[in-house]
Amino acid sequence: MGASLAESLSPGPAVSSPAPQSPAYEAVIGLEVHVQIRTRSKIFTRVAAGYGHEPNTLTDPVVLALPGALPVMNRAALDAIIKAGLLLGCEIAPVCKWDRKNYFYPDSPKNYQISQYDAPVCRGGAVEIELPGPARNVMGEHKRIPLTRIHLEEDVGKLNHGAAESLVDYNRAGTPLMEIVSEPALHSGEEAYAYLTSLRATMIQGGISDCDMEKGQLRCDANISLRPAGSTTLGTKVELKNLNSISFVRDGIEHEIRRQRGILERGGRITQETRDYDGMTGTSQSLRSKEEAHDYRYFPDPDLMPVVIDEAWRERLRADCPELPFDRQRRFIAAYDLPYTQTSVLVWDRPLADYFEAAVRLGAAPQAAGNWIINDLQRELASAGSAPAECRVSPSHLVALLRLIESGVLLNAAAKEVFIEMFATGDSPEKIADRRGLRATPTDQGELEGWCRESIAGNPKAAAEFRSGKDGAINALKGPVMKAAKGKASPKAVDETLRRLLAGG
Amino acid sequence: MTSSATPLHYLPITEAAAALSAGRLTSAELTEAVIARAEAVEPRLRALLSADPASARAQARASDLRRASGQSLGPLDGIPIGLKDVIAVQDQPLTAGSRMLANFISPYDATVTRRLRASGAVLYGRHNCDEFAMGSSTENSAFHPTGNPWDLDRVPGGSSGGSAAALAAGEALATLGSDTGGSIRQPAALCGVVGLKPTYGTVSRYGLVAYASSLDQIGPFGRTVADVALVLQAIAGHDERDSTSLRAAPEDFGEAVTASPVPRRLGLPREYFGEGLDPEVAAAVEQAVAHYRGLGCEIREVSLPHTPYCLDAYYVLATAEASSNLSRYDGVRYGHRCAAPRDLQDLYCRSRAEGFGAEVKRRIILGTYVLSSGYYDAYYLRAQKVRTLVRRDFLRAFEEVDALLTPTSPIPAFRRGEKADPLAMYLCDIYTIGANLAGLPAMSVPCGFTRAGLPVGFQLIGKPLGESELLAIGHAYDRVHQWGRRSPNL
Amino acid sequence: MNQADLDLDALARLARLALTPEEKATFQRQIADLLRHIERLGEVDVTGVEPSAHAHPQHNVWQEDEPRPGLTPAEALRNAPVQRDQMIAVPKVVE
Repeated sequence: MGASLAESLSPGPAVSSPAPQSPAYEAVIGLEVHVQIRTRSKIFTRVAAGYGHEPNTLTDPVVLALPGALPVMNRAALDAIIKAGLLLGCEIAPVCKWDRKNYFYPDSPKNYQISQYDAPVCRGGAVEIELPGPARNVMGEHKRIPLTRIHLEEDVGKLNHGAAESLVDYNRAGTPLMEIVSEPALHSGEEAYAYLTSLRATMIQGGISDCDMEKGQLRCDANISLRPAGSTTLGTKVELKNLNSISFVRDGIEHEIRRQRGILERGGRITQETRDYDGMTGTSQSLRSKEEAHDYRYFPDPDLMPVVIDEAWRERLRADCPELPFDRQRRFIAAYDLPYTQTSVLVWDRPLADYFEAAVRLGAAPQAAGNWIINDLQRELASAGSAPAECRVSPSHLVALLRLIESGVLLNAAAKEVFIEMFATGDSPEKIADRRGLRATPTDQGELEGWCRESIAGNPKAAAEFRSGKDGAINALKGPVMKAAKGKASPKAVDETLRRLLAGG
Repeated sequence: MTSSATPLHYLPITEAAAALSAGRLTSAELTEAVIARAEAVEPRLRALLSADPASARAQARASDLRRASGQSLGPLDGIPIGLKDVIAVQDQPLTAGSRMLANFISPYDATVTRRLRASGAVLYGRHNCDEFAMGSSTENSAFHPTGNPWDLDRVPGGSSGGSAAALAAGEALATLGSDTGGSIRQPAALCGVVGLKPTYGTVSRYGLVAYASSLDQIGPFGRTVADVALVLQAIAGHDERDSTSLRAAPEDFGEAVTASPVPRRLGLPREYFGEGLDPEVAAAVEQAVAHYRGLGCEIREVSLPHTPYCLDAYYVLATAEASSNLSRYDGVRYGHRCAAPRDLQDLYCRSRAEGFGAEVKRRIILGTYVLSSGYYDAYYLRAQKVRTLVRRDFLRAFEEVDALLTPTSPIPAFRRGEKADPLAMYLCDIYTIGANLAGLPAMSVPCGFTRAGLPVGFQLIGKPLGESELLAIGHAYDRVHQWGRRSPNL
Repeated sequence: MNQADLDLDALARLARLALTPEEKATFQRQIADLLRHIERLGEVDVTGVEPSAHAHPQHNVWQEDEPRPGLTPAEALRNAPVQRDQMIAVPKVVE
């Protein structure tokens, strides 16, 4: 899963054709993202939370809102939102409370949703995003998208629509849910895409949510309006719903921007409405507008007590917060001199990056370790379908392998073979190299010198270039030697011998 | 024992428990007597909405077996106790006096139900009440009214009227009611029994059909203050399923009652003795005051200046919370569903219109109004601030006195149909609502009868979590007079 | 209390109650009376007074995240007016 997860989370360049921006209008986009918190039990009762169970098997009197049932908070849901707020740099409210949002709908068992109206847990904060760079191996522009607030609420049940009736399954009802509201500070589908990939990675790496959009663990609504470029007032906004993948969010937003610009350019007016985007057909349609304005009659839920979040609680969770992916990326580049492309794979996969750092702490050369992890380890993990944490190649074994390569004991092809067996058996590279007889046999120095002389004689131009100071020219001389040695010569020995002979004339 | 003359169904718990533990009585006999009494009086009284005699007999047999093997669970073991039909009992109907829940069977036990079972009580009878506990006469029951055992043409009070009447008529040895604005104390006064509303948070509300969450509290009815203490002992205590449940240090309420009485300072709030108080009620309450004076208590007049606003604050808070609490009754997952709904909105609107009675609809509409956009600050928020002031009034009074003594109800039991105007009915609760707003323990103790033979009660209001002291003060009067042990001619 | 303020139709819609014209007329009058009474709350000086959500406020009342068994589907659907495929059936919901 390592490879696929990292790829899907990478904020690198996404292949899409952004809507050509008309100079006349600027799009202003705010996102409301619902993230299900990964807890074992529900937010206001202790029946299990989960996905993919038979209908109505995760209920109890509280979930079904039976007469007399009462809610009690799940502390883990609060821990999770505080942690999310700390990760995103939000202000954590010292006191927050629960409010009832009253509206009738069959997926809402009480016909009110317990939510937070005017005292959310988190205010402010930001999501850092990276826009696509000019090339795949060049870092793109970074921006910080400010957040308005994050609050906690309960999820509703699921409606299954038939021909004449709708069927309600309450398994999802009462799953803890965070609503993360951004400021209207995004300006394109691409930015929204980058926002969601960054936010999702942060939630996953913080252990807050699995954020699987197919399972509804991350859901996104977008508010989109256009205004004349340079204007500071907001235009009429349209809410886009049912954006059920990150790509659909990007495409749906671009589609809506084009739609609104078309209307405005024809001199029309935008209607405030909610539209449903169909990612399969790339079209949207207006949802029948509600016959009356909502009056949710918010009031403090008298069945629940306020939450007081003190410094000790915040600090306990802060200690449990991982480094954010972009911070880690900057550190990997600065401290280990890793190329951008390597960091942009590693930092989006926290277990892989943790593995990398463990190996480096044990003495591995960062770039070599990065290469082995990204290429060989990821490949093996992907084909085995396992996670870095359960990988049988310990970081110390990887370090041992790198040492064997560096000292010439293992040649590259042999090392690859050793690694595959390390992955399969968990044995040390030394043991495998011995068992399989893969240690490089020391080649006869005279024979090696002979091949080197032949190579220098056969490439006088490269030899002359090297002697005149072009160090890289030596590589052209190595190829024939390696070929003659049929892979048995250590690159280190070849390099040393060539240099000695070239220097000596 | 002097109770040889007392029929079994009229025994106080203290005496029944003594007889059970001495082997002079079995729970089977006691339960049989209560069932027989219920069958005899029910056609006229109609205090019960449902009863399960087979289950009660089985519980009684189990109690007798426990006792025979030396494993008695305490003073309530084997005692028949009935519940207001707003308290969930697994596999039994739970109607809240509403057509909405006419066919509802609870799949779970309320916390108080579990605690009563754990104390060995024999659960028998589910009592009539005003629909969703909204009312002061039990006339708002969707099923039928209940008579007052002392005069069947009169109401037993409400909303826990069935529970007060059933106890007064001998259909249980104790009962549980719920009290949001006086719904235990007012019927206790009107039926001549003791009724206690504990400090808010003392008894778990888990499994109590909610009317107004910040005011609702379950409490016991008993024939004597000592009995009420025993039942409170069984049901009180922290419950992790109710976020509003308090973590108070455990107390022995039964012990507190029998502790030697000490002279106390009692306060008479002048706002509770004014206009609208029936002279016969006033006279009976004055007798009780005289009793305490005779015991050496210091009696002081005190003032609770925000009393005139209690009713208003109550009707804002209670109806607002109720409008939201009752949203769940929508005909979707359980409860009444209208025939052939055209669409979802039709299902909601007609199921609720058909399932709720007039008083419930009126309160839902009022509650919806006070919460609706633009009115929240003027009504709900202001009422919450007035609640703060009401509570301050009480706490200030408690700096001077140990408890307050007031009439429970301004009038004795009234005739059925007499109070057709909602406001006139609401005024029945003017002396009881303050304790709900302030979350204080309060108890109605019977203190005599009118010339027409109708019971009168006085109310004691205590300090937060001051149940022990309140019970001791009440017992100091009740052990002498025992008005609750008189039985109606029924 | 301004009678025009009390839009019984709108309130009944919000509360999902199908009221008869007679009920509307009666409630209109009764609730207006009650509101006249309730409006006396406006006389109270509440300057600087904190609202009380509860008489005995507490905070941080919670449970640990350890699942407990819930209801079986049969228990959950025991009181359902209409059910199909182990789910509650309602008239088709149109968004």
